[in-house]
Amino acid sequence: MSDNEAKRCSIVVLSGDMDKLMGAFIISTTAAAMGMDTSMFFTFWGLQGLKKKTATGEGLFGRMLSLFLKDIDGVGPSKMNFGGIGRWMFKKMMGDKGVSSLPELRGTAIDLGVRLLPCQMSMDVMEVAQEDLIDEAEAAVGAASYVLEAQDADITLFV
Amino acid sequence: MNDFIPTKTLDARGLQCPMPVAKTSKEIKTIEIGDVLEVLATDPASMADIQAWSKSTGNELLKSEKSQGVFKFYIQRTK
Repeated sequence: MSDNEAKRCSIVVLSGDMDKLMGAFIISTTAAAMGMDTSMFFTFWGLQGLKKKTATGEGLFGRMLSLFLKDIDGVGPSKMNFGGIGRWMFKKMMGDKGVSSLPELRGTAIDLGVRLLPCQMSMDVMEVAQEDLIDEAEAAVGAASYVLEAQDADITLFV
Repeated sequence: MNDFIPTKTLDARGLQCPMPVAKTSKEIKTIEIGDVLEVLATDPASMADIQAWSKSTGNELLKSEKSQGVFKFYIQRTK
């Protein structure tokens, strides 16, 4: 960077689809690689981008929801999933063409210092606890933390 | 002939976006300021992307070339 203060990139990740998480992680990784202070806020379905492969939920609804909440390796594409066949097909096609998998992309993002922030309210609603998330996820925050971050950001995206 | 000698080579052949750029950004930090990193890539988008990366980070792209399907970049660490 030519400036003393690094530019900033902030991404809201609401979607939990494989393709949308890929887009979000590819851009966050690249922004960090290009010298930007980069953070990602994971809310609603996006929490799957941080979730471990564990059962979640306390009450009946929470445990039912848990059946549909995957980890980053288990999420399917937004179109053509066909009960998991699409996920398998896209993984194969991407692997054959040398495209990094979602877990690899997230690992690279972490290596490059991308901050991963889960949304507290989504976690409460969906009954996902901090210990259900990967260790690299920071403590859960609220909307004000995002807005503060976004106020000074040079790039903000909503995925 | 180049009037610089790379001190390190990053082989990013076979990797797709964003990995050539992501790995370049990590690798550049492992060489001394003033030294040159050679990056090999096969991703056709790397031609535009390494240029954009160097513009954004301020590291200097001394030379880029394509030979036999491989893109070669020579980047000098500036900071």
